Amino acid sequence: MKSNIILAGVGGQGILSIAAALGTAALEDNLYIKQAETHGMSQRGGAVVSHMRISDKPIASDLIKQGTADLILSVEPMEALRYLPFLSETGYLVTNTTPFINIPNYPDYEEVMAAVKEQPRFVAIDADQMAKDAGNARSSNMVMLGAASPFIDIDFKMLEDGIRNVFGRKGEEIVEINLKALRAGREFAENNK
Amino acid sequence: MHKQLLLGVEAIGQGAIDGGMSGVYAYPGTPSTEITEYIQENKLAIERGLHSKWSANEKTAYETALGMSYAGKRTMACMKHVGLNVAADAFINSAITGVNGGFIVTVADDPSMHSSQNEQDSRYYGKFAMIPVLEPSNQQEAYDMAREGFELSEKTGVPVMLRITTRLAHSRAGVDCKAVLDENQTAMPQDARQFVLLPGIARRRYKSLLEKQAAFVKLSEGSKYNNYYEGEEKSLGIISCGIAYNYLMENYPEGDCPYPVLKISQYPIPEEQVRKMEAECDEILVLEEGYPLVEEHLKDFFGKGTQVKGRLDGSLPRDGELNPDLIAKALGKDTSTGPDVPGLVANRPPALCQGCGHQDAYEAMNEVLADYGKGHVFSDIGCYTLGALPPYETINSCVDMGASITMAKGASDAGLLPAVAVIGDSTFAHSGITGLLDAVNENANITVVISDNESVSMTGGQDSSAQGKIESICQGLGVDPEHIRVIVPLKKNHEELVKLFREELAYEGVSIIIPRRECIQRASRRKRNLKRHANH
Ligand SMILES: Cc1ncc(C[n+]2csc(CCOP(=O)(O)OP(=O)(O)O)c2C)c(N)n1
Ligand code: SF4
Repeated sequence: MKSNIILAGVGGQGILSIAAALGTAALEDNLYIKQAETHGMSQRGGAVVSHMRISDKPIASDLIKQGTADLILSVEPMEALRYLPFLSETGYLVTNTTPFINIPNYPDYEEVMAAVKEQPRFVAIDADQMAKDAGNARSSNMVMLGAASPFIDIDFKMLEDGIRNVFGRKGEEIVEINLKALRAGREFAENNK
Repeated sequence: MHKQLLLGVEAIGQGAIDGGMSGVYAYPGTPSTEITEYIQENKLAIERGLHSKWSANEKTAYETALGMSYAGKRTMACMKHVGLNVAADAFINSAITGVNGGFIVTVADDPSMHSSQNEQDSRYYGKFAMIPVLEPSNQQEAYDMAREGFELSEKTGVPVMLRITTRLAHSRAGVDCKAVLDENQTAMPQDARQFVLLPGIARRRYKSLLEKQAAFVKLSEGSKYNNYYEGEEKSLGIISCGIAYNYLMENYPEGDCPYPVLKISQYPIPEEQVRKMEAECDEILVLEEGYPLVEEHLKDFFGKGTQVKGRLDGSLPRDGELNPDLIAKALGKDTSTGPDVPGLVANRPPALCQGCGHQDAYEAMNEVLADYGKGHVFSDIGCYTLGALPPYETINSCVDMGASITMAKGASDAGLLPAVAVIGDSTFAHSGITGLLDAVNENANITVVISDNESVSMTGGQDSSAQGKIESICQGLGVDPEHIRVIVPLKKNHEELVKLFREELAYEGVSIIIPRRECIQRASRRKRNLKRHANH
């Protein structure tokens, strides 16, 4: 198996928690991982991206080649579009629909969503609302991971374990909320891909 | 053994601990910061009582590490590339004094300037100082080199540089950790005079450094990190340095590169392998992250020798970091790409957080400085540098740490009045103090704003070494206490801030304004940690 995943968002949105849950799951599954992150200046509200690669064979590059990403997973709709050149011909775009507007020239929201929906394979999900429904607005990133899970060749159980691992020290309640968020995201994607 | 998922920087921290290091000395700087942070939080490092507190700047860090080496223990100094400029005097001379306990200087370069003012290549510094340089191609090598680098330093008698770049620093992969080595005992240097660089001794030491050069080349030629991979197709030979090797291999996923490949991860350049490639290949392509150091070295001035391709002939871009796509192009391979980025996608540059105290300071300054026109504010490096961008556009310079106070003084000497400096608390401690002394000694007409958020925020909120000491430092340097003014930068204090700026701009002499309010990111992190500890 081999998955090339672009994780996108805005500094402060916590895309690295998605990467951590996914990375832990892949490691438990005895897979090879490389995951390049953005640290530093951009974390101050700038565009941030993480290249995540999972494979059952050793991985050479820390960066994904253009046109070879199986998945763009974005927690913000405009950021999803920024990395389109990485998407492969059969790749999926999975994005949160809630915009993060911290610049004066943020484009027209309807046009952003239209550009998302122009893609041949996409899932657009209101992760913020779904996270609230699951019991905690801050679990939206796990909704997103759930929504992306049908397109990643990792046992879903492993992802659940990954969440238990990452959130375990915050207590059982937080773990349950995040698991609920994960499952809700997956169900939505299964029905709307 | 179970693999640990580590960032390149974390792998270096773990490797240094496992290699028997007794202390790390560092000043934060992206992408090097997490090496020290990792050691600060590591269980074994805490048990062993390894030194890991932040230093005031890279020069103090480097010299303190040298002192630890003098005393026989293994030590590491860490910094970002421009930090080595600050430590350069100590660095170059330490190659001449040599070391006692193993000394690794880890320098993290930032090609493409993700979080930096330039993309200088530290390998040139290594060459300049004439010491061995290690450049890992992956996280495992980063770990191994940190763990084994102390021994290399002790064997060669000089500091060893470990050079990484942003991508490796901030990319995670599984790393196999090896046995933990003991720390060294305290021991005097064998040569009692080696650290006394009086000309007579320095000449002798320098000669011995020169004499070691051939041995350093031999070490590179025999290094397990430098490998020559045979290839059938000799029309081209490829030299790949550090992480570029991975980008190259990404283009041959089945390991089927037809060309001979020389992987270089230890310098000086392994001459024997390079000669072999030159003898058997028609052309040589050099792939290196950073400046064209190897390429320049091999390129023949008169253009009569083997053709060398790379960043200088346009096969690769002259600047910026490499990636697998650029290397595919240099190899003439087909590159596919996904859909274009739609035109509506806007840039999203970093910005000050909403509610940040630097904002309140800039609001007030803009109101007061409107009377004088643009161009009067010299600044420095930190979150507050974002005040150069809209909506504030308050500041007019950002050059190197500490340059705000000194440039303001120079401009004031030239008659540009008012001359204002804006500097952060950590930057003030790093390099602002000596400049302020110059200004006080000449009673320069400048206004210095020390925007104190009680944190080193740009790099993630480390402790600032000036914490609680700024007023007394300024007074100690001779600033008139009546012109050291502290205020809390908050919206509700706007009028007061404006009044204070007006008064101090009017004063003819050195005045200090200290807007002081804790960085809100640091405050919320502090509260989260408190809560976490309370839960346990
Ligand atoms: C010589 C050098 N060392 C380190 C850095 C990295 N660096 C940039 S800004 C900064 C922190 C500045 O802290 P402070 O002055 O307190 O400002 P703040 O970010 O907290 O507003 C550091 C360490 C650098 N750019 N140059
Ligand atoms: S991190 Fe702190 S200092 Fe930096 S912009 Fe945010 S609040 Fe201001």
